[in-house]
Amino acid sequence: MTNRFLARLGRIYLGLILFFLYAPILAMAAMSFNASEFYQLPFRFSTEWYERLWRNDEILTAAWRSVWIAVVVTVLATAAGTAASIALFRYDIPGKRILQVLLFPPIAIPWLITGTAMLIFFFGIGVGRGTPSVIVGHVALALPYVIVVVTARLSTFDRTLEEAARSLGAGPFTVTMRVTVPWILPGIVAGALFAFAVSFDQFVVSYFLSEPGDTTLPVLIYTAIRKGFTPEINAISTIIIGLSMAIMLVAARYAKFGGER
Amino acid sequence: MAVVRTEGLVKTYGATRALDDITLTFPDGGFFGLLGPSGSGKTTLLRAIAGFVIPDSGRVFIDDAPVENVPVEAREIGMVFQNYALFPNMTVAGNVGFGLEVRKVPAAERKRRVAEVLDLVQLGELGDRKPHELSGGQRQRVAMARAIVTRPRVLLLDEPLSALDKSLRVEMQIELKRIQREVGITTIFVTHDQEEALTLSDQIGILRDGRLVRHGPPREVYDNPRDPFTAQFLGEANLFSGTPEPGGLRLADGTLIPGAPTATIAVRAEDLRITLDEPAAPIRLRARLRQRIFAGAMGTCVLDWRGNPLKAIGRDQDFAGLPAQGDVWLSWDSADMIPLSEG
Repeated sequence: MTNRFLARLGRIYLGLILFFLYAPILAMAAMSFNASEFYQLPFRFSTEWYERLWRNDEILTAAWRSVWIAVVVTVLATAAGTAASIALFRYDIPGKRILQVLLFPPIAIPWLITGTAMLIFFFGIGVGRGTPSVIVGHVALALPYVIVVVTARLSTFDRTLEEAARSLGAGPFTVTMRVTVPWILPGIVAGALFAFAVSFDQFVVSYFLSEPGDTTLPVLIYTAIRKGFTPEINAISTIIIGLSMAIMLVAARYAKFGGER
Repeated sequence: MAVVRTEGLVKTYGATRALDDITLTFPDGGFFGLLGPSGSGKTTLLRAIAGFVIPDSGRVFIDDAPVENVPVEAREIGMVFQNYALFPNMTVAGNVGFGLEVRKVPAAERKRRVAEVLDLVQLGELGDRKPHELSGGQRQRVAMARAIVTRPRVLLLDEPLSALDKSLRVEMQIELKRIQREVGITTIFVTHDQEEALTLSDQIGILRDGRLVRHGPPREVYDNPRDPFTAQFLGEANLFSGTPEPGGLRLADGTLIPGAPTATIAVRAEDLRITLDEPAAPIRLRARLRQRIFAGAMGTCVLDWRGNPLKAIGRDQDFAGLPAQGDVWLSWDSADMIPLSEG
């Protein structure tokens, strides 16, 4: 009796969570296909906003810039983060504990503050604004995520596998590439996705560190909202959501996050 | 094939001495069993020979060449781990061929040698399986095949059978011995199972608190354990101590044991006789039977003699007619007394 009541309550709760998560997104996706510029109902299907988007060089340039920066950041942060995770796992480096603790605060510190600090820092060392600063800033933000995810996967790794490989004559590099990396690959993939998301979504740091004119997509969307919102933004957002969800689903299927292989 | 030798190996972890001055020679082509309770240092010794543990002092020699500056991957060893440590992302053939691949053995020869060694461990058909598709015994054989395919100079086995259930363990003991004989490789084997060590080894070494207590051929060590630890660790032994007198050994309760050779003696559990009536034997004790444990072919009697627990092992019919509990007589032959060095 009580159990059935609780079960029903749980289901309602779950329903509400999903509703508040997805309803706004679905509304936005629907509006991107609505002919009215001012979100007027009744709904009339149209692909006009997608056609306009296709001709809008400003948005396309910003989107392309976001993508390639995110790809570069993903490659750099994943490589550096994975290497750091393996080093922290394998060796007793002096100050290892402190280092591990220091990795967490950047996740908790508001990006606004990190962004301000980075801006001051990059001007202080004479680099100033620009694409290199944006990339370095993004990598710094993404790195802790990669390390946390890869380290979590490494904690399920059986060290004797490395010992077995060494006893069979494999040097450190071969051991890493043939034994350690294959095991933590799901973690590396997950870490890379996080890195991509952190960079692609990044507004504050990009806004602070970009040179005027070099906008990324989040910065452009922000500016567009302030100038007056057009359904083209809905269209690009819908495309982004569709792509992100597709990537996530594929990755989840391939990597089985957190689970044993 | 190689002779392995250690000289004064010492390794400390904080305040504990995991290895305390271990000097030992492991003969060429022999099967050497390292035996001891957990924490005795037997695994540390094995890992020091492998190169995973760097000793604080002392040296390891393989064929008279010191190996302290040789990393694990260049020591030409084969090792079987307690959990087998098979690479989960590779097939059986991939696992077995890994050592050859690292050594850049050409693919055709690699394939031939992998097939050959899989036949030796009787897994010829399973080369394409993944480790998680194998049974415990099959994994054990894969681990063994992987360790010997590179023709290492030494084979190190770290409790290789402890993860198997009992009947499989006995079967694998026979297999292990067969494979080792066929390959003729110097093998060092760590176990806490004394029966396993006695069955498999040509030589055993007994460790306690990082020290080598005793070593030699299993029968010699078993028959003449010399010290109380070895006597009690190998098989079930009952210890008696007292004051030597011209007529024999005077125990604390006043009983005289005629013909006892030393102040402390051991009597194997299988050599104790239990009777209800006072026996005619010159060596006899009054003791209390606490419990009779039936375990199939052999049974155990748990006894108490003046607060000291004693154990007798025999066929179940040897104990027929005894009560479940109560006062009994213990006796043994004077030839069954094992002299021990220290009290």
